Amino acid sequence: MNLHAIGVVYRKELTEWLRDRRTLISTVLVPLLAFPILMVGITALATVMIGNAEKEVPQIMILGGEDSPQLLDGLKKSDQIKVVPSADNWKDQISNKEIRAAVQIPNGFQAALANGQAPAIDIYYYEGELKSSFGRDHLKKAIEDYRDGVVKNRLAAKDLPASVLTPFEIKQENVAPPEKVSGAGIGGFIGYAVILLCLTGAMYPAIDLTAGEKERGTIETVLSSPISRLDLVVGKFLLVFSASLVSAILSVTSMGTSFAILGHTHLLMNSSGNQPLNLNLGLVSVVAVFFMALPLAFLFSAVLMTIASFAKTYKEAQSYLTPLTFLVVIPAVASIMPGVELTPKLALIPVLNTSLVCKEIITGTYHWGSILMIFLSTCIYAAGALFLAVKMFQREDVLFRS
Amino acid sequence: MIETRGLTKVFHDKKRGQIRAVENVSFACKAGQIYGLLGANGAGKTTTLRMLATILEPTDGTALICGHDIVEKPEEVRKNVGFLSTATALYPRLTSQEMVEYFGRLNGLDEATLQKRRDEIFLRLDMNSFRDRRCDKLSTGMKQKTSIARTLIHDPQVMIFDEPTLGLDIMTARTIIDFIRECRQRGKTVIFSTHVMSEVEKLCDVVGIIQSGKLLAEGSLAELRDRYHQHDLEEIFVEVVSPYQTTEA
Repeated sequence: MNLHAIGVVYRKELTEWLRDRRTLISTVLVPLLAFPILMVGITALATVMIGNAEKEVPQIMILGGEDSPQLLDGLKKSDQIKVVPSADNWKDQISNKEIRAAVQIPNGFQAALANGQAPAIDIYYYEGELKSSFGRDHLKKAIEDYRDGVVKNRLAAKDLPASVLTPFEIKQENVAPPEKVSGAGIGGFIGYAVILLCLTGAMYPAIDLTAGEKERGTIETVLSSPISRLDLVVGKFLLVFSASLVSAILSVTSMGTSFAILGHTHLLMNSSGNQPLNLNLGLVSVVAVFFMALPLAFLFSAVLMTIASFAKTYKEAQSYLTPLTFLVVIPAVASIMPGVELTPKLALIPVLNTSLVCKEIITGTYHWGSILMIFLSTCIYAAGALFLAVKMFQREDVLFRS
Repeated sequence: MIETRGLTKVFHDKKRGQIRAVENVSFACKAGQIYGLLGANGAGKTTTLRMLATILEPTDGTALICGHDIVEKPEEVRKNVGFLSTATALYPRLTSQEMVEYFGRLNGLDEATLQKRRDEIFLRLDMNSFRDRRCDKLSTGMKQKTSIARTLIHDPQVMIFDEPTLGLDIMTARTIIDFIRECRQRGKTVIFSTHVMSEVEKLCDVVGIIQSGKLLAEGSLAELRDRYHQHDLEEIFVEVVSPYQTTEA
């Protein structure tokens, strides 16, 4: 192997790569913007939309209940809902978002309550419509306030304290560290996203440097120079690998920054909804995720080059590599599924193993045995794939396929 | 110089089976000579020249270029060869200068020699006005000049041209013809393939007529005229090739 020749090829490929808009978009822009757009943008948008819906005082229609003045009075006095006059087309009005919900109070409701019966009240709303759901919740709360009042009066009539209903309190306390709480929720997603961006970052340079070179007719030009095919492939491979690494670095950095912004703005809440999710991933986690992505980026680069070198044109290579994206997405998604944990067998499955170990790393768990096994096994697969890529470039039927 | 010994290339095609693209071709070309390989499309010219340029490996036989065996020492052979064809395109995102420098470095030139040779060639080919322009922005003539500069940068002893004027306009084709002539004047060994009779008549010291992968006739233009009792090269070519075309039909 001639390191000088490899360096010459690498420098030339780098110059061309930096001048290619297509590859720059896939390698630099997408990883850089994907996380801020996905995380900060969508979360902020959702927060604003939910906040607006929550602030709205929903218009509610009361159906019946003329013989239950106390309940009617309670609902009309509630500042959480705005009661509108009843109409026969109440269902259409809910569908058309003119009102958010309606409540049906059965005849003789108040009298039945007085007789110790338990009559039912029906609430109508539009499932899947955010503001209608909030309207239902506000209405339910207003009715529950009335019910609590009834209970309180009944207890007072029998001279019983309110503690009869709640003889003791139940308190919950979380012992998991904040990074574990946040990692459990987002760890799988981070591994998945970094893996996918490593793949897409390498994809276009891999096509451009193999099938693209054939399509443009430059393959014969370079093969007529004294460089060995091994040096040529290694030089090209290093550029594809660099592109994948750039994608990984940018995506991990962009991810860390996005989560820091989200954590700082307290836009995301934990699963119990009572405190903001701690999204500070920590430098160690970020570096560890990047470290685990290294052999995978190596593997992707070599596999992509091997497959793309079969193709005669850019388009043909794209059609070969699209199914590969699904092959990568499936194990990456599988790792997000609840209950899928890292086992010695799964540690040997490429992509899935890295995705799972990234999930663990984000939660602050470092199983060094698994990490070493995953790193080494992926390195072995990557070396095999690079060997195949070199072999491809030594086959005349591949280089001059007609 | 070039010396081929029973050069043979067999391709394997799933539908067509074995294809003997070049069969037992032997010829020699000395320094300061132009050898013209004349043949119709699909005769085996490109495959022969690709084997000489070590882009393809012979199935059988071999060739010596400047004393190096094309099978045993392909990288040494390539150091002594400049290969130009319509299929040897330029990198679109590199400038004319970057393209030439890249091939200089691939040929192992040190930076001082590279710069000296590059400047000489750019001056000789009148390329300084577009040396910093990207190859995808060059005219056909400029591209051809860049390709020529690329083949010359390492000052090879052997020049291989595969249908170098195919699809070019008259003026650009003339640049190439003049360049081939200049190579001979500088004492280089030149082999070029074509199916254009007038180019052979203008340039070649020795002509080899190839058909169905076989070298059917060889000699100087005068020798071929004597042998076939024809003055017109086209008539000679038809007479040589016709029996093989009839057999194939």
